[in-house]
This record gives sequence, structure tokens and C-alpha cells, in this order.
Amino acid sequence: MACIEARGLRKSFGPTIALDGVDLRVEEGRILGLIGPNGAGKSTALHAILGLTPYGGELKVLGRDPWTERDQLVREVCFIADVAVLPRWMRVWQALDYVAGVHPRFDRAKAEKFLAKTAIQRASRVRELSKGMVTQLHLALVMAIDAHLLVLDEPTLGLDILYRKQFYDSLLSDYFDGRRTIVVTTHQVEEIQDVLTDVMFINRGRIVLDCSMEQFESRYLAVMVNPEHVAAARALKPIHERQVFGRSILLFDGADRQQLAALGEVRTPSIADLFVAVMGNQAGEAQGAAR
Amino acid sequence: MNTPSDAAPESAVEAPALAPAATAATRPMYWSVRRELWENRSIHAAPLVAAAVMLFGFLIRAMTLPRRMRAVLALDADKQRAAIDMPYNAVAGLIILTAFIVGVFYCLDALHGERRDRSILFWKSLPVSDLTTVLSKASIPLVVLPLLIFAVIVTTQMIMLLLSTALLLGNPPSVATLWARLPLVQMSLALVYALTAIALWHAPIYAWLLLVSGWARRATFLWAVLPFLAICAFEMIAFRTSHFASLLRYRLIGWYPQAFVFQARGSLPADPLTALDPLKFVTTPGLWIGLALAVALLAAAARLRRYREPI
Repeated sequence: MACIEARGLRKSFGPTIALDGVDLRVEEGRILGLIGPNGAGKSTALHAILGLTPYGGELKVLGRDPWTERDQLVREVCFIADVAVLPRWMRVWQALDYVAGVHPRFDRAKAEKFLAKTAIQRASRVRELSKGMVTQLHLALVMAIDAHLLVLDEPTLGLDILYRKQFYDSLLSDYFDGRRTIVVTTHQVEEIQDVLTDVMFINRGRIVLDCSMEQFESRYLAVMVNPEHVAAARALKPIHERQVFGRSILLFDGADRQQLAALGEVRTPSIADLFVAVMGNQAGEAQGAAR
Repeated sequence: MNTPSDAAPESAVEAPALAPAATAATRPMYWSVRRELWENRSIHAAPLVAAAVMLFGFLIRAMTLPRRMRAVLALDADKQRAAIDMPYNAVAGLIILTAFIVGVFYCLDALHGERRDRSILFWKSLPVSDLTTVLSKASIPLVVLPLLIFAVIVTTQMIMLLLSTALLLGNPPSVATLWARLPLVQMSLALVYALTAIALWHAPIYAWLLLVSGWARRATFLWAVLPFLAICAFEMIAFRTSHFASLLRYRLIGWYPQAFVFQARGSLPADPLTALDPLKFVTTPGLWIGLALAVALLAAAARLRRYREPI
């Protein structure tokens, strides 16, 4: 069953079009990275999925309409926006009490167990915790909720690399079980490349790339081309070319690996490489050609 | 105090026991109210501080009580009552006023603060509906504060009475007159009635403040108050009348003439309960118009919280 299914999802703020007919389908048990430049419509898409904003078009999350059935849906969906949203006046025990009080699917013991592994004190106020600790606390609350969908909007913004790594490690080892679905947006693309099962690029309110990581790895190849083969390589229609230390790195979509190997050193590109290529092309063209 | 407002960290453990009857439907409401009390400690602190200040003032004044009581003994029963009851009523009135001010400022921030610090995204990620949230916030000035200040006022008055009694022990007739002229039980019952009437009468004020706090991006107080002052000023200049100002005054203090029998100044009835006029109060159109307005404003506030972009 599809966890999220959208057809022709639209949303505009006055003259600004935030979502311009988005079609997407996320199956259950996937970890989707939704990647896009600032203002691409990522947060708007997530807010629509969470029923926080009205939208045009069709959208079903866990089989429900997130806008009209928000009250039922919100029991099965968890959300971390970014580190700033836990109320600063709240004490850690109050957060535990409150979520335990209002959420029927919250397992307090699980949250306590996770918190015990951190340096977070029960009596501390959120404002007294470091950014990393606030995220740990939020993660402890969210991971203890038996939800079907977890939505993370820039969850590690402003955290140092240790906390960022720990965040995704905890998520994978303590939370993700293959049944749950996770949707994450972030600018730190490289760090989550190994975490994701699917990747989606969004730009100017449209999905410009949508593929699983297996497809990604078989479809896209980066070649560091030997200088004498540059012309031959360019003839194979790379989707992007850049220069590093005087050598050309060309990015190909669906090219033959054997053929490329003859031209230089072939490797799988990072999501960030492809992102730059796709968004760079987008900037140059009126239409998304990378699809 | 009989409210959960004095929640200290250690009371967290017994929290579920406080709400044994809470069913699945009322649990989000109960926890939302608790959350408001955690966040806004002025709700219980301000009435307590006001009571403490007044008790201290009463204590200073009480030094001369034995002498003043001897003078009071010479008066007739009505004047005795007026003289003896006055500080008790003043304490009640000032604590009610404190609660009103606390309620006003609480409401102005209630739906604004969560958007300002973006914590609304956290609250909205949990299964508590917008209507429950708005109702829980409205319940603070309409239910929680009246209950709380009832307890504070009665306790303060008890302390004042015991203090006075102790000071007058050397003069048994004074003690007898004090207890005879101070109908504390009836005063408490009249207080319950007055607090209920005030809450119902002021409901549209609080509802309006909540709506503004959910709507205005900044300067909630100005948005809440200035439009009314502007209309008053406009009417005054354009038509040389002040109907709108009278309307506002009626909404602020109209509960008193509508809910109580008119009393000549300085004369209190022997039994405060005879001053209550609930029949007149519930048949006052202003009450029902105000309540209808409050319902509409609260519905608008809930709808606004639902429809508006969270940040």
C-alpha cells in the first residue's frame, strides 16, 4: 500500500506558486529524501502531507485525506520540523508527561530508555539544553510513538557532525523497522545518501527527479575523463560537466558503463553531484529536462 | 488550592491519579490545560501575590483594630456590618481585578506565543485538535482562574478573620460582633455566584482577545484595544455621542447591575445572598448576546488556527 500518494498537488501563496502539480507516490517502508533548493516547495509539500495547510489536487496519506481527516491522521504520523520548535519553557519531564497524556500510541518507557543514554536531565528546561540535546529529546519523544509515518523537515539543521551522525544512526537502529515510512528533507545530502532508499528532487514546486537508490546507482555514472577523451565523452551527451583540478568530470544518465570505462575513471555520483547537475540544468532551461 | 495549578515537579508522578475519570476524549483537554498552567505561572502566582500583599496591608492596619472595633460597637447594626465587611469585600474585589488583568494578558499571548517561538509546529504534531487547544486556552480565564481565585479569596478572608479574632481576644464583645456581622459562608456563596456571573459576562472579551492573539503577527494588545478606542473617538468627534463607549463600559462592568439587586451606597444587606438576582441576570439579553458572540469568536479562533499557515 502507498503511504503517501499525491496527484496534481497544488498550492500557491498569492502570486507565488509553491507546489505546481506535484505527483508522487511513496510506498510503505521506504526512507525518502526530498531534496531541493531553498524555496523549492519542500516544506509546503510536507505541511500538505501533515494536514497543516489546505491544498489543491489529490492527496492521500495512509489512506486518509490529511486536510479533512487530520485529527485521525495525526495519531499515526510524527513530525520533527527543526530544532527550534520544542517550547523553550518546557521541562523534560513535562514534555514526557504531556506527550504521554495526549498521545495514545506513546510508549513512555521507550522514551525514558532513550533519554537515559543521553546527558539530558529530567528537570532541565528546553532552553537550557544545547541544540543537539533538544534534537535528542525530540527524537526520544518521536521514536517512542508507534507511528506509521515520520516526517523530518531539516531535523539536523544547526547541529554538529557528531549529533547529526548520531541522529541518523538512532533513527536507523532504534526506529526504522522496514514497516515504517520516513520522509526527510535536508541540505546535508551527502550524510544521508546511505540512509535513503529513495530520492526525490523538487524545484520550483515540481518534482524533477524521482527514483529509488538502486535505480540511482545503476542509472547515473560520473566519469573523471582523461583529457584526450573529453571530446568523445561529450559526444555521449553527459547531463552535466564540471572541472576539478583541470580535469573534467562528466555525469551521465543511463549510459553504458563499459563504454564510459574506456574514457576514464567511472564511479557512482553522490546525490549532491546529481543535485547540482539537475538544478544547474533547471536554471538554464525553462522546463525540467532531467526527468 | 484545589486546582492542579500548583504543579511542582514531584506532582508529575501522581498526575494520572489526578484525572482518574479522564476518558479518552477529555484527556487531551486535561493535558492541554495543565500545559497552560506549566507555561503561564502568572496564572496562579499573580492572585497569590495580590493576596499576600493585601494580607500584609491588613496586618499593618490590624494594629489599630482593637481601638477601631470599640468605635464600631457604638454604631447601629447596618453601619457595623458595613465597617466590618469592607476589608473582606475589598480583598475579594482586588483579587478579582488581578485575575481579570492576568486573564487579559494571558489571552493576548495564548495563541500568539506559540507562533512566535514556532512551537505551534510541535503542538500541531500531536493529536490535539485546534478546537481543543482553543477551548483549553479559553478555559483558563473562564474556569481555571475563577476556581483558583475563589480558593485564594476564601483562604485570605479566613486568615483575616482568624487574625482579627486573635487580636480582639482581650475584648469578647468585639469578637462576638465581628463574627455576628461577618456572614462568611453566605459571602462565599455570593462569591461563587459573582465569579460565575463575571466569567459568563466577560466571556466575549476573552474570546476576542484569543482571536486577536491568533490573528495579529505582532502588537496583539494594540490590535485588541485600539480599534475600540478609535471607534469611540470617531463617534465622539463625528456625532458628539458616546453610545459605543457606554456599550464597552456595559460589557466591562454591566455584570454587577444585572446580576445583583441595586444597593444604596454604604448599606449592605444582613445576608449577602439576598443581594443576588439570578433571574434578572439570566434574562438579560446582554448575557446571551455576549455568550453567542464568545462562541462565534472562539470558533473563529479555532478555524484560524486550523487554516492559517503555521508559521
